[in-house]
Amino acid sequence: MRIRTAGVVALFALALAASGCGGDSDEPAAKESPKAVGGKLVIWADDKRTAALKPFAEKFGQENGVTVEVQAVSKDLQTNFVTASQQGSGPDVVVGAHDWIGNLVQNGAIDPVQLAAEQKSAFNETAIKAVTFSGQLYGVPYAQENLALIRNTELAPEAPKTIEDLVATGKQLKTAKKATETLCLQVGQNGDAYHIYPLYTSAGGYLFGTGANGDYDPKDLGVGKPASIEAFKKIGALGEKGEGVLKRSIADTNSIATFTSKKCAYLVSGPWAVADVKKANIKYDISAIPGFAGGKEAQPFVGVQAFYVASKGKNKALAQEFVANYTTTPELAVALYNAEPRPPALTAALDQVKGSDPDLAKFQDAGRNGQVLPAIPAMAAIWDPFGKAEAAVIGGADPTSTITAAGKTISGQIK
Amino acid sequence: MSTPLSGPGSATQAPGQGPVGSRPPRSRATRDHAPITLTGLAGKVLLLGLTAGIAVWAAFPLIDTGKWAGLALLAATTAGLFYLYLTPRHIPAKYLVPGTLFLIAFQVFPVLYTASTAFTNFGDGHRGGKDDAIVAIQTSSVTQVPGSAEYALSIATKGDPATGALLFLVTDPATGTVSAGDGGGLRQLDAADVTVTPGGKVTAADGYTVLNFGQASARSREITDLVVPTAGGALRSSGLSRAYEGKAVRAYEAGCDCVRDAETGQTWTADQELGAFVAADGERLAQGWKVNVGLSNFTRVLTDKNISGPFLGTLIWNFAFAVASTGGTFLLGMLIALVLHSPRMRGTNVYRVLLVLPYAMPSFAMLLAWRDMFNADFGLINNLFGLDVDWFGQPWTARFAVILVQLWLGYPYMFLVATGALQAIPRELTEATSVDGASPWQSFRAVTLPLLLVALSPLLISSFAYNFNNFNAIYLTTEGAPFPADNPTNGATDLLITYTYRLAFGGQGAQFGFAAAISLFIFAIVAVVSAVSFRRTRKQEEVYS
Repeated sequence: MRIRTAGVVALFALALAASGCGGDSDEPAAKESPKAVGGKLVIWADDKRTAALKPFAEKFGQENGVTVEVQAVSKDLQTNFVTASQQGSGPDVVVGAHDWIGNLVQNGAIDPVQLAAEQKSAFNETAIKAVTFSGQLYGVPYAQENLALIRNTELAPEAPKTIEDLVATGKQLKTAKKATETLCLQVGQNGDAYHIYPLYTSAGGYLFGTGANGDYDPKDLGVGKPASIEAFKKIGALGEKGEGVLKRSIADTNSIATFTSKKCAYLVSGPWAVADVKKANIKYDISAIPGFAGGKEAQPFVGVQAFYVASKGKNKALAQEFVANYTTTPELAVALYNAEPRPPALTAALDQVKGSDPDLAKFQDAGRNGQVLPAIPAMAAIWDPFGKAEAAVIGGADPTSTITAAGKTISGQIK
Repeated sequence: MSTPLSGPGSATQAPGQGPVGSRPPRSRATRDHAPITLTGLAGKVLLLGLTAGIAVWAAFPLIDTGKWAGLALLAATTAGLFYLYLTPRHIPAKYLVPGTLFLIAFQVFPVLYTASTAFTNFGDGHRGGKDDAIVAIQTSSVTQVPGSAEYALSIATKGDPATGALLFLVTDPATGTVSAGDGGGLRQLDAADVTVTPGGKVTAADGYTVLNFGQASARSREITDLVVPTAGGALRSSGLSRAYEGKAVRAYEAGCDCVRDAETGQTWTADQELGAFVAADGERLAQGWKVNVGLSNFTRVLTDKNISGPFLGTLIWNFAFAVASTGGTFLLGMLIALVLHSPRMRGTNVYRVLLVLPYAMPSFAMLLAWRDMFNADFGLINNLFGLDVDWFGQPWTARFAVILVQLWLGYPYMFLVATGALQAIPRELTEATSVDGASPWQSFRAVTLPLLLVALSPLLISSFAYNFNNFNAIYLTTEGAPFPADNPTNGATDLLITYTYRLAFGGQGAQFGFAAAISLFIFAIVAVVSAVSFRRTRKQEEVYS
């Protein structure tokens, strides 16, 4: 009796397990369209881009008789991609920012892309430069972005030529009680290297020198050098103990909101801020970030979004085909622009959308003298110490000792 | 529980605390007469079926990667589970095994894995094996031969599209001649035998089957691997429709265990201790591999001045933070619970609902909201009270602020558990003390508090351990700020966990090996504190129970 019960139970249990497994294996088979005898292409992108990519990916699949899956990875796309690649469960194509390249290459996660000369020339030169890493092209760019100065034209009708101009106008507005802040440039408690960089360059500082081949050289660190200390003296003079133009209380969370509530006339931000500004019905204009009087040009970072071919993808030939020959078409670039308005990297696509969106050309002009955000892995060591040093100096700390210490910390972390 | 079956769910919630060990006597008495009910049987079938299903699901990847030891372990475990729950014997094991399995899977294994990682250089740039690194170095060094042409490419075969040997059909853009290429090199084809589109792509060729994209992409790997040697380098595919003449500039040579650059002649020799190819001048290739580094992660924690210097100060603040968070929330929660426990209070339910509200909101969102409230110029707190305090800008105000936030977030939990524990204390006891003439304070000190502590001590200890490593509380509010101007790595409100997170992940990419070593140190600290506290609690229980 006992044994029989046990046997029956075991049999039922196994039958249940088998039916469960059977159900599992049925599902993907049903999903695949019958004509897709060929391979499958898996693309990873963030939420917004996934939606824009889907119709194009499907079209690519239909035209070529392959299955294309676009999967949204909403958080930590880069880390997830590297980890999944290592385990062999990664995608064939990934979409992301160009400053990932250094890390992706050192982890052997992406392969170079070979573009023909005429394909390359269809792109904005800066964008191609951004995705080039140690002489190799590692991705196909589709959009680029940089900071600019957005100003409320009702408060400040003229674009300032220098920071000093900007401060003077801001002070007038403050005394006239039209604004409470001079400049909305996000600093935050722990600083923001990306947003302070234009002022840093204008005051004469640099992060990495460039080697003979034009690549950034991690051994030539500019932070901690006398020029960087001088630069931070100028930035400190604008800080809380000085002019009160730069403040730690203005952070990523409130800088755009402060501008849209008309508390400041100037905002340093990128294309992503425009939607909020428009929504607040503010009359605005966009111009280049001004530099210090008598200083160098203020150079914002230029960042590029790109498609990459995964090294450990299962279908590399198809991935190469998709990235090198399909994402280089203007239609896709325009669709991605519609999903999120960042200036397309393809010149033809930019020309197409420029007419309906005058802001794009202005942002591009503001980024004309920009510097490509360094993609070398050493850049990861910059962000945190540099930002904190910035916050400390703006809070009134001594620039010399602060920046020297930051330089030491950074060079200690670079291998 | 009329059947001897204990599902995996029933014994897992509280390993070590639950009813696991206290059952046998009754079970032993009833085991021969346990009635077999339909629900019991169905549950058994369901759970065993689930077990078998999970085992089958886990088996495929193990077979794919040829991990036979793992497969054997899986099979043995599954068979063991089936035997255990089908035989009427081994009643205690029926209760113990599920909990033990979960304990191994979710506690013991991660701890051992972390410990083993701590002895490696696992991290960005050192993730895979040496072979992976070599492949990555060679692939990323393939460059287009300068001045070489771009070819339109078709993939073809002489045999079956699914299995036949692959060939490249390429058209020279300058001359328009079509060639077929395979591992042996390029052979020119007769122009009369091929059909070429204006773009130069071959659509048909006599004696060859041209593969369409679908067919070609099914054989993706072979296409990527196919290299057609040419005079200047080799033809490689760039996708399925173009080919280029490329050359791998860097190649691995087994003889010298090094990577040689064909253009500059420079070599990088493999260094097994660093897990990287290193040149004579110390320059490293970016692509490295994972190696065992022995104790160097641990010695780095102890000897690196940047780490060991501020360690003590951070540790003291960490203890202060954990004690203040736990103690503060406990005191506040208990006080409110006592007030609402008083029979003279009216509308206690309304108060209770209101008080539990902070607990019901997602803590990360609340932490971010609090961070904004502490903003020096725009924050609610300064504006409301007319203050001009740079909260996160000075060490002591920042510390006060994070503890205040913790207090707000944590007291509802303590309030809830204290309310529960108070209701379990018989009112006769306190009534008896008042009959004996004790003041309310005396009766609280002598009766209520000790009995409360007996019930709540384990919770306080776990709350302490949680707050000791409360990453979010710091990272979502101050991020460790304020930082001394001359040291951007260690801030005044940094806990060990946020401090080490910055050390391990803030520099040049993630350093998992180093992070694992630090987490073992933290684990040791928390384990010692918990062990000592539990020992003291047990003594207390002996006194009062």
